[in-house]
Amino acid sequence: MRLNLVLVAALLVLLALGLLLGETSLSGLQYAQAFRDPASGPGEILWAIRAPRVVAAAVVGGALGLAGAVMQGLLRNPLADPGVLGVSAGAGLGASLAIALGLAAIPGGTEAAALVAALATGLLLTALAARFREPETLILFGVALSAFAGALTSLIFNLSPSPVTTAEILSWLMGSVANRSWGDIGWELAPMTLGAALCVYAARGLVMLTLGEETAAMSGLPMARLRAAAVAGASLLTGAAVAMAGIIGFVGLAAPHLVRAGAGADPGKALAPSALAGAILLTAADIAARLIPTDQELKLGVVTALFGAPLFALIAWRAARSWRA
Amino acid sequence: MSPVLSLHDAAVRRGQTPVLTGASLSVRAGEVVGVIGPNGAGKTTLLRAALGLARLASGRAELAGRDVTSLDDATRAALAGYLPQERRVGWNLPAWRIASLGAALKPPALARTAALEALARVGLSSLAERGVLDLSGGERARVLLARLLATAAPLLVADEPAAGLDPDAQLLSLDLFREEAARGAAVVLTLHDLGLAARACDRLVVVGQGRIVADGPPRDALTPQVLREVFGLDGGLEETSAGLTLAARRHRS
Repeated sequence: MRLNLVLVAALLVLLALGLLLGETSLSGLQYAQAFRDPASGPGEILWAIRAPRVVAAAVVGGALGLAGAVMQGLLRNPLADPGVLGVSAGAGLGASLAIALGLAAIPGGTEAAALVAALATGLLLTALAARFREPETLILFGVALSAFAGALTSLIFNLSPSPVTTAEILSWLMGSVANRSWGDIGWELAPMTLGAALCVYAARGLVMLTLGEETAAMSGLPMARLRAAAVAGASLLTGAAVAMAGIIGFVGLAAPHLVRAGAGADPGKALAPSALAGAILLTAADIAARLIPTDQELKLGVVTALFGAPLFALIAWRAARSWRA
Repeated sequence: MSPVLSLHDAAVRRGQTPVLTGASLSVRAGEVVGVIGPNGAGKTTLLRAALGLARLASGRAELAGRDVTSLDDATRAALAGYLPQERRVGWNLPAWRIASLGAALKPPALARTAALEALARVGLSSLAERGVLDLSGGERARVLLARLLATAAPLLVADEPAAGLDPDAQLLSLDLFREEAARGAAVVLTLHDLGLAARACDRLVVVGQGRIVADGPPRDALTPQVLREVFGLDGGLEETSAGLTLAARRHRS
């Protein structure tokens, strides 16, 4: 509980920072004007450009953190992340296809295609998870799905008629929350809320899985339903996150590890702190993407991987040392 | 009164290969039944078939007289507790938390009480707050045994509960199963130590090559002929001051 409060406080500070910091520097008077009159120029910058962007980063990070925690619990594997079952790759394929077919011109076309592809992948996974109970099997299917979706995305690149399309797809895939509107966030809120609800429902089954499938099956909990809820919930969250922001690695993998020391080993109890940690990580990464002075603004997926990978190695290093002690 | 567990002509296949054939078995309340047999004989499959964890190719499995496939998860858990051979633990939860998973359907406070009581019975009260992955293999096995005891189910099924335990802990675990039988539970165990099985069990079920070869009191089930044909051993059970003991050597043909 205390951990959650600390994380909420940290997130609020970052949200405020994300609102106040940006490429365009505003004076104190302009900030005052923005708060008094949202329709003014500075008000537009704060409330129509920065605020939705900051909220999008937090929501996407939260969804990825939560999905990562659920995946690690479900698969009993600290290396699992929201992408491990192929939902991210599926969503990326949907978006790439939409862009290649010119559907990106329709407002929300790319996002809708990404979400639909993610849902299709998630549905397939839920069916597979009901049929095969061993986590190893599910991971192998995920790897196959990921590779297949990746190959199809490469095929789209391969057959792409113009380098412009290729660049557009690549740019989308690298992940960003720039230029997101409140409307974009609103669209993804329904799948994300449903996904989060399913994950919360599945939480009590995750701790049971720590002793393996058979013990869980004999525990009295409706494991088949809880497992399906976990897969479906994590898929919805991941799909909606990718649809809103492209493919963003490391947040879903690292967030549960960051909070595990404080939240304890119970995978069910790690869900809320992991979601908060994911939101914090991505909000911070987005602020960094905006503030690092480069000719082209850094893509969010690039920033998370650049900072996330060394951070993750550090966590692994410390965890390994504590195992040896 | 219907038996706590019964199998009627049950068969299990893995692919096309039969791993259990024509198995019929009935276990009553208050009985300690040992399932013995060489590696790969089908002991674990027999247990899993009885609990509805392995799909039957033919035959029927019943818990408390009800077809196991017709039971919902909660009812099945109320009728039987299971300790699989697999002792891997995914996350480093405290020992008491692992033990409390045996009472997953109870309110958290009651589950915790049941867990602490069970840990006391296996002699691990002092390690209740320790992370289960920080314990030794034998200690972890006792935590998992405590989880089974915490179910307080009328049928306790344990696959190799004595494996990896030191001699004292082996005897302790079998004493605990005896206590459970005394409170009215039916207990089904697989064991590899034939002497231990003969001493601790009311009845032995001998499994060889997917079939139940013998079923009865230890002396009747574990005859020199069964020992030779199923286990490849020459010898027999002998009464000693410590109870029944197995004296046997490898069969040379």
